[in-house]
Amino acid sequence: MFESSLKQLGDALRAKRISSVELTQSYLDRITRLNPQLNAYITLNPEMSLAQARAADARIAAGKAEALTGIPFAQKDIFCAQGWLTTCGSKMLHNFASPYDAHVISQFNSAGAVNLGKTNMDEFAMGSSNETSYYGTVKNPWDTTRVPGGSSGGTAAAVAARLCAAATGTDTGGSIRQPAALCGISGLKPTYGVVSRYGMIAFASSLDQAGPMGRSAEDLALMMNVMAGFDERDSTSLQREKEDYARDLSKPLNGLRIGLPKEFFAAGMGADVAKAVEAAIAEYKKLGATIVDISLPNSKLSVPVYYVLAPAEASSNLSRFDGVRYGYRAPEYSDLADMYEKSRAQGFGAEVKRRIMIGTYVLSHGYYDAYYLQAQKIRRLIAQDFTEAYKQCDVIMGPTSPSTAFKLGEKGDDPVQMYLSDIYTIAVNLAGLPGMSIPCGFGDNDMPVGLQIIGNYFDEARMLNVAHQYQLATDWHSRAPQGL
Amino acid sequence: MTWEIVIGLEVHTQLSTNSKIFSGASTAFGAEPNTQADAVSLALPGVLPVLNKGAVERAIRFGLATGAHIAPRSVFARKNYFYPDLPKGYQISQMDLPVVGQGALTIQVEPLSGNAKPYEKTVRITRAHLEEDAGKSVHGDSQGVTGIDLNRAGTPLLEIVSEPDMCSAAEAVAYAKTLHTLVRWIGICDGNMQEGSFRCDVNVSVRKPGQPLGTRREIKNLNSFKFMQQAIDYEVQWQIDTLENGGKVQQATVLFNPDTGETRMMRSKEDAHDYRYFPDPDLLPLEISSDWIEQVRATLPELPLAKQTRYVNDLGLSAYDASLLTTSREMADFFEAALGNNKGQAKVCANWLIGEVSAQLNRDGLDMARCPISAQQLGNMLQRIADGTISNSGAKEVFRTLWAEGGEVDTIIAAKGLKQVSDAGAIEKIVDEIMAANADKVAEYRSGKDKLFGFFVGLAMKASKGQANPAQLNDILKKKLEG
Repeated sequence: MFESSLKQLGDALRAKRISSVELTQSYLDRITRLNPQLNAYITLNPEMSLAQARAADARIAAGKAEALTGIPFAQKDIFCAQGWLTTCGSKMLHNFASPYDAHVISQFNSAGAVNLGKTNMDEFAMGSSNETSYYGTVKNPWDTTRVPGGSSGGTAAAVAARLCAAATGTDTGGSIRQPAALCGISGLKPTYGVVSRYGMIAFASSLDQAGPMGRSAEDLALMMNVMAGFDERDSTSLQREKEDYARDLSKPLNGLRIGLPKEFFAAGMGADVAKAVEAAIAEYKKLGATIVDISLPNSKLSVPVYYVLAPAEASSNLSRFDGVRYGYRAPEYSDLADMYEKSRAQGFGAEVKRRIMIGTYVLSHGYYDAYYLQAQKIRRLIAQDFTEAYKQCDVIMGPTSPSTAFKLGEKGDDPVQMYLSDIYTIAVNLAGLPGMSIPCGFGDNDMPVGLQIIGNYFDEARMLNVAHQYQLATDWHSRAPQGL
Repeated sequence: MTWEIVIGLEVHTQLSTNSKIFSGASTAFGAEPNTQADAVSLALPGVLPVLNKGAVERAIRFGLATGAHIAPRSVFARKNYFYPDLPKGYQISQMDLPVVGQGALTIQVEPLSGNAKPYEKTVRITRAHLEEDAGKSVHGDSQGVTGIDLNRAGTPLLEIVSEPDMCSAAEAVAYAKTLHTLVRWIGICDGNMQEGSFRCDVNVSVRKPGQPLGTRREIKNLNSFKFMQQAIDYEVQWQIDTLENGGKVQQATVLFNPDTGETRMMRSKEDAHDYRYFPDPDLLPLEISSDWIEQVRATLPELPLAKQTRYVNDLGLSAYDASLLTTSREMADFFEAALGNNKGQAKVCANWLIGEVSAQLNRDGLDMARCPISAQQLGNMLQRIADGTISNSGAKEVFRTLWAEGGEVDTIIAAKGLKQVSDAGAIEKIVDEIMAANADKVAEYRSGKDKLFGFFVGLAMKASKGQANPAQLNDILKKKLEG
């Protein structure tokens, strides 16, 4: 049952071979048993989960079930969900029970899905190892001495350890793809604007995008059908025809042109990662694809550009956490300024403060042109590189992360080393393109390696097809961590 | 006169939309605190702004009314600072690319002092941009605690920035009043200054003629024209005194205290915030098509200046009367409705409106919208003056009755016996009778005592029960007396 695909679970539920309550209870039991080792969830609320399961069973009985009705999902704790604590991994929101649902949550709710709980994450999605969470680090299910990646580390660990059928993540610079790679699961960051950001706590508004994380491309496609779509409450949501993201899954890959950027296969990538990625490319050739060598000359600037723009936006987005209306307020203070200073000093962790400081600096009078404006210009150049590349190829492939999961604490004192773990994923956010990661083997210490697939704008269905055909030919995606 | 005064204004007008600029919450004034604070107004985690098209439409109206350039693409920016009534920690405003570019406003200035004559001046408008209002801090309601009311947070504002084109308090007040009239005229702002719908910040500096601009101080949040004039007068004198005593004016923001009539410093330039403006990534650039602009243009009423010109050129009114008749759209509409097609009556109609009607409204504390007399009633009365049915004094009686009791003009004339006698034969008969009864006085008059003419008029009027047409009576009496 824990190895079933979403399609299989949906079929079983609608055929009444299992009830949503039974399925939900099984997952809750498994969570009770395994979550203490992994710390993948911040908040569980079995009563609410089971109430949703009962409602789903009634809906199934009434013959009104949809594809995901009755299936238990986990939600990253960045999505506001009515009645649930929504902490965003921060002490600042330790007591924030959201009075409203994010668009993504309401989409899952109206599909009849069950919310199993809120998954752990780096504080305000700032981190690549899940070590910045106020609620403790998440352990990688493949080796609990290692990080799961971040910021959607709780989701990646929960999916890999079968603590949910699938789950949501968000990706600002790689926060879906990098933890998916490090935990051996599949994850998709859609084109910017495809999934509404309404109710998703903002980190860097021009880069943030929600997406599905699961065990197969097919599962991701079914989730995309629920998550994607225009929402008038988000001005950056794109008004497009509703599409079926599973429509192209079974298309053969004959003639597919795969672009390999030379910059992604240069120094910096671990040998074990290179080996697995190259083997995956070889597999694609067998499936009928051709290889095109391409160049993304400005991609090397993506990390510095990102670490100007994302903190700039974050410094402003996080200003609302001031202790006045909700969230953490320092217990003692002398006046208004002191209340702000103490509440924010005590409520935010070190990485969040670091980024607020960077962002405040780059937006300051006298520095704005040199940092923020310059970074925006380079951002456009990075996007143009991709536009040029897609004249020669259909998808771009490369490693998701330069290394497999590293040890807990290994990069804790060196933010720049930590930032470099997103070196292959960040350019995709800067360009607003869709990107995904799928498992493509194992590296040193038997830790999973992720293959990154980058598509052109709105090519999610094609990318899912490309991933699915690979997953039909290989079984990396169905490997499960042992020894939990 | 050794000092020149330089004044520029920034006016915040609350736009008259039903909902807020970035959410669907109500903008109604005076509700219980925080009952109009939705998730967006509260800046809950995860909420996003969605632009209210009605606010944009009102900005376009303003741009068209001031002959300004409407930007086909403008950008919302975040102005970052911390304050409890600013829930997001930033205000969404416009910085580099405002929706309305350079325009102009022509004003009639009535100098405050002496016998200087009214004159016309054109003030350039630098820009007008859309932004959201903040909430309110409510101090001291309960033991030392400050309350926050976010009902006003997110109310749409159009900030209208002038060039420093004004050089006296009179000009600044005239500009503010003209702007106040205009925004109500075109229906974008209710103009209620007590409720803060129209708030003025005044930048003041002084300099010696021919010198570069002096350092300015900004008087914040003036919500009455009287205070504006007092504040400018005080501030100008303060700056002149400071400079003449060898001091320097430091750039600063000041507040006017109506109780003392003084301005006092709120913060100096050194305390000025670095607002760290940057484009708001939650909002796409605002794009305004020429079609949209034309649609809005088609709904614009005739503007005050155009009306004034027409009243002078077509109706023969003085510029002064024309400007008084266009102090509000209600006044102008009333005037035009009362006048109807009787262009020849324009001066009489204007006199009644500017005189009797305005005085009565003032006395009763009413505005034009709640005038007890309808334009049609006034028009009918003017008609009866024009056709000689009633005299001016009769008209005053009709007017008093209309105001107090209402009714039909002709019915009132009949009921009160106000119809004047214009029958020459009837008047001649009266004149003959009084001359016969006062032969001695007639003789005195004829021997040169002209002053007795008034005596005969009085007798004749009395005999006609006040209903004789005075002009006619004068003619007949004169003819007969002079035999």
